[in-house]
Amino acid sequence: MSAPTGRPEDGTPTLELRGVDKSFGAIQVLHGVNLKVFSGQVTALVGDNGAGKSTLIKAIAGIHAIDGGEILFDGRPVTVSGPRDSAALGIEVVYQDLALADNLDVVQNMFLGRERKRGLLLDEVSMEQAARETLTKLSVRTLKSVRQLVSSLSGGQRQTVAIAKAVLWESKVVILDEPTAALGVAQTRQVLDLVRRLADTGHAVLFITHNMVDVFEVADRVAALYLGRMAADIPISQVNRSQVIELITAGRSGEIGIAPAEAAAVEV
Amino acid sequence: MSSTISTTTSSQEPGGAPSGFEADQGTDSLGGAARAYVNRVRGGDLGALPAILGILALGLLFTALRPETFLTPRNMANLADQAAPIIILAMGLVFVLLLGEIDLSAGVVSGVCAAVMAKLLADAGSPWYVAVLAAILTGVLIGLFTGSLVGLVGIPSFVVTLALFLGWQGFTLRLIGEGGTVPVRDPVISAISDKNLPVVLGWVLALVVIALYAGLQLNRWRTQKAKGLAHQPLAVVLVRIGVIAAVVVLVTAVLSVDRAPAPGFVLAGIPYAVPIVILLLLVLTFVLGRTGFGRHVYAVGGNAEAARRAGISVTRIKVLVFVIGSTLAAISGIVAAARLGSVAPGSGGGNTLLYAVGAAVIGGTSLFGGRGRARDAVLGGLVVAIIANGLGLLGTEAYLNFIITGGVLLLAASVDALARRRAAATGH
Ligand SMILES: Nc1ncnc2c1ncn2[C@@H]1O[C@H](COP(=O)(O)OP(=O)(O)OP(=O)(O)O)[C@@H](O)[C@H]1O
Ligand SMILES: [Mg+2]
Repeated sequence: MSAPTGRPEDGTPTLELRGVDKSFGAIQVLHGVNLKVFSGQVTALVGDNGAGKSTLIKAIAGIHAIDGGEILFDGRPVTVSGPRDSAALGIEVVYQDLALADNLDVVQNMFLGRERKRGLLLDEVSMEQAARETLTKLSVRTLKSVRQLVSSLSGGQRQTVAIAKAVLWESKVVILDEPTAALGVAQTRQVLDLVRRLADTGHAVLFITHNMVDVFEVADRVAALYLGRMAADIPISQVNRSQVIELITAGRSGEIGIAPAEAAAVEV
Repeated sequence: MSSTISTTTSSQEPGGAPSGFEADQGTDSLGGAARAYVNRVRGGDLGALPAILGILALGLLFTALRPETFLTPRNMANLADQAAPIIILAMGLVFVLLLGEIDLSAGVVSGVCAAVMAKLLADAGSPWYVAVLAAILTGVLIGLFTGSLVGLVGIPSFVVTLALFLGWQGFTLRLIGEGGTVPVRDPVISAISDKNLPVVLGWVLALVVIALYAGLQLNRWRTQKAKGLAHQPLAVVLVRIGVIAAVVVLVTAVLSVDRAPAPGFVLAGIPYAVPIVILLLLVLTFVLGRTGFGRHVYAVGGNAEAARRAGISVTRIKVLVFVIGSTLAAISGIVAAARLGSVAPGSGGGNTLLYAVGAAVIGGTSLFGGRGRARDAVLGGLVVAIIANGLGLLGTEAYLNFIITGGVLLLAASVDALARRRAAATGH
């Protein structure tokens, strides 16, 4: 099911990072990271805890300003200095903590920060219709009501709402930070289907996960971060499961990965 | 629009395959709605329930203890006057509490603003509207100051407003002078508390309020149903309209009875403080429920990080909320000064703030942020005012008064905390 679809990989990536550096104070978290994300494909971003995956996507989203390198969107260099910038480009992020407001309902969360208005008034009618339409399009059937408070939803339902929120905005790139981490078998299945459907509807999907089964189930490409360095960013067909694990844990597997000298230097 | 939705909503196929959103299709009966409500309450969302029960229980209690004075038209009018400044101050606190912040200086800010008005009226001989505008402007500026310290500088609101609690008291003292009081004798200002709407106008107002409420509710229900949106059963909407109409008619009727202490003249009608409260309630309910700003206030209170990532300026929301809080404090100060006929250095001190915070929390606004409505201030403010009024009629000593009122606030805060734990336990 993971046969590459959409644009060929030698085409222009929808999103590309070149040599991105990021430090928090004295600690450098990202070192010259390169990454390509193509439309119609799911790229799995893997790496150990603390490798810098979340930091990387926050840099893309404009939550953290990058210290060096560049971000290209559809081949053009762009600067993202805030969530509004990345949203305007068509980049939507579903964070690890989901960033939903528990005290608001599904519709209110999906439109948060981008409410539709008629004059001064919120246009509840059109927002509810659009939210429902999006959820229906994604074949989300487990919600009782779109006016349910998010606090009353299950983990999988919350994840679904967060993803639907991202899709509502005609986004080109959807980034998901560990969307299946806390889910049971059935809910994981639903979310993975949803992730695949995103790519099949032409989105460029960047999908962070620790789960190798997930990677080989939905991903077209895999990008492995090792201590803040990109060890590999390659089609999934070029690696097997144990190679990916080696890339995650050692930054290198056979011919693929960080040059031995560099890897040794990093490990000190 | 999506055709699947509209067909599923109009044709209610019993036992059809689950297509999602089944609760949105309005097939729920009144019984179903009642069950849903009980579940909400069980889950920790008590809404207006404690305040309404409180009003009923306290009303019965004081009627039993003081049958000849409590439930009289004169005392009811007095109660309305007593409740108005508490309610208005509490409305401002609802906004602040919605963000999970606190404004301990709200009471004394009402004092400063009232002092500004009184000085302008008494010393400068300004017309009432100039004095009122100056008082409100003072509130706006104070709110900007507080909001900037909290939102821009990032000092916890607890500390900022604790410092300002002391600071503004010094300000009022400087304005008015040690031991002095400034009288408020302007006829327009005094009218807020000691003049009443003509009885006929009172009934017109009552009918307008009912018609407006019914119209808005029914219109919303009709739109939701027509467009296939989530909506409550019509019966629930009608019951709600019926209850509101009954309460409004009852209150208007009581306040329209002649309550003159001696024969020879007529004293009847709704005190002017009441329409002021109603107007503020309408405006603030609209702001919180129907505007983008209101939505963002809830979002910041519910999950500030989520709001920030959604591109909402949390700082801007914080500053504006403190401005609203202090502006309402100014209006509360004006109404309180009208009622007392003077402003003293201690105006807005003492238990003013405690009453208002108590009112908001009793009304159902959470101290943890994210949950609350303008009407909470009205319901909770009535509870607090009934306690103060009833204890006054009983002639309770001051010490007991403090202990009881403090106890009620603690009780309300406990209910809030327990409801929150309950929601966390049953929630996700
Ligand atoms: N705001 C911050 N300030 C300082 N250090 C940070 C900050 N955010 C992340 N870090 C550090 O950056 C490193 C990378 O963190 P990041 O959250 O990106 O890892 P991750 O790959 O997402 O890990 P996980 O799989 O556990 O989610 C960690 O060492 C972390 O402590
Ligand atoms: Mg992470």
